[in-house]
Amino acid sequence: MNDKITSALKVPETKADDKPIVEVAGLCKWFGDFCALFDINFSVNSGEKVVVCGPSGSGKSTLIRCLNQLEEHQLGTIRIDGREVKPGMKGIEEIRRDVGMVFQSFNLFPHLSVLDNLTIGPIRNRGMSKSEAAEMAMELLDRVHISEQASKYPMQLSGGQQQRVAIARALCMRPKIMLFDEPTSALDPEMISGVLDVMVELAEDGMTMLCVTHEMGFARQVGDRVIFMDDAEIVETADPESFFNNPETERAKIFLSQLLSH
Amino acid sequence: MDRNSPPPPLPRRRVTLVDLVLIGLVIGMVMYAVYKVNDVLVYNWNWNRVFTFIVRYDEESGRWVANLLIQGLLTTLRLAVWATILATIIGVMMGYWRRCNNLSLRIISRTYVELIRNIPPIVFIFIFYFFISGQIFPLIGLSSLRHDSPIMDNDLFRFMFGDPRLFENFIAGMVCLAVFEGAYITEIVRAGIQSIGKGQWEAGRAIGLSHFNILRDVILPQAIRKILPPLAGQFITLIKDSAIVSLISIQELTFLATEVAATTTKVFETWILVGAMYFVLCYFFAYVFAKLEQRGARSNR
Repeated sequence: MNDKITSALKVPETKADDKPIVEVAGLCKWFGDFCALFDINFSVNSGEKVVVCGPSGSGKSTLIRCLNQLEEHQLGTIRIDGREVKPGMKGIEEIRRDVGMVFQSFNLFPHLSVLDNLTIGPIRNRGMSKSEAAEMAMELLDRVHISEQASKYPMQLSGGQQQRVAIARALCMRPKIMLFDEPTSALDPEMISGVLDVMVELAEDGMTMLCVTHEMGFARQVGDRVIFMDDAEIVETADPESFFNNPETERAKIFLSQLLSH
Repeated sequence: MDRNSPPPPLPRRRVTLVDLVLIGLVIGMVMYAVYKVNDVLVYNWNWNRVFTFIVRYDEESGRWVANLLIQGLLTTLRLAVWATILATIIGVMMGYWRRCNNLSLRIISRTYVELIRNIPPIVFIFIFYFFISGQIFPLIGLSSLRHDSPIMDNDLFRFMFGDPRLFENFIAGMVCLAVFEGAYITEIVRAGIQSIGKGQWEAGRAIGLSHFNILRDVILPQAIRKILPPLAGQFITLIKDSAIVSLISIQELTFLATEVAATTTKVFETWILVGAMYFVLCYFFAYVFAKLEQRGARSNR
């Protein structure tokens, strides 16, 4: 075996369960004639935290939305925890329950209280009793530091609080991986840190995470890897330190200089 | 001046000169109309003649009992309630079908809506009535029901559906009305479902809810709150449109009013009275819906 491959395979011994949760090979996706993703290959191992960044319109969101089939892809294979995910497949709900997702615009259910937002999934999907689900939901709300707001409605909360509720709602399904689609982009500046704190805590608890975000501090703190996308392709993959300090590709350099210029 | 002192009052809007002029004009026009009617129209007003058709004194039992107009009002009310329920079921189902993924369901619901919206109600009711009472009722055995059986001949049944002997007639009118109004409710429901953002569907999918669960627990509760005002309008339209089924001899308010007007020859009194009855009924329902809407708005702050 040559050195290049062995170095790529070298992983810390502590991560014994390094089986991939997400495997993506040759993924392509078009919206009409517009190619949104082209030949995407990557995998995320259990416990790994991967940050996806890149200019807007580069396909980051589309990529993670393909993973739980909120967008259907035309070519390539996606495996979640070993099971292949295909457009129009039966039993996609089963896979979605293992994949938590947090949206840029929160998408809480406005007609349900915070608690009911969390419990509806477990009650409907897992056949959990109301009290059981409520107990679990309160634990999770505690974890995102918002349990005192349980009986309020989403509209009564600030953006940051809503996003933390959304994280708790996703966690309620006991997912194997969490996908974050720019979770802090729609927030007022003073609300961002609360959400990032929760995400850091989640990462420290060992959750597998795939985050589309431009929060460089967060990426450096918890990220194991950064995937940089531009124009529907993965341009560069690196560990956060080297990506942010010395990006290899010209496109990444331009992107980072724009990110830092203001 | 400190921030905890009571705030100074804002200027209140008062009655202006424009208001007075407008109110004066309206009163003037009404008085002119009354004067003209009395002057030109030689008409002998006799309200008592018509009031006896609201309630009459029953010699045998020695009590006041409801006469034709009250019976008609009750039939209209029953028609309206049952037709509203059926039309809502049709409307929600078809409204969902209008936007679902299945092509044939989309075609069915679209055809239904377009057919009914583009035919005058009276024409539709004639066609549909002769079709259902001629073909469907014999087919499902409704025309061979025994009206004196204990199932039909009891107080509860009378309360719910009126006279058992007119049951078939009642159902025919009710179904006509419901199918007709259902098309409009379909469009309202479709608009309501479409008004709920894509994000709600996605959030439901992302936590693994089934399509049916998302629709029932996430989309419809929000949609219904949004469409309550147009829905209320449509239900009130339904009550008013129920007058049309008098043409197929359903014995509701308008049908019986025609008879009363013919018997008494007191045309104006009868129709003014019937108009007032419809107004009270519709206004009552409008009030109930307004209350419902307020409640929905409160829980959805």
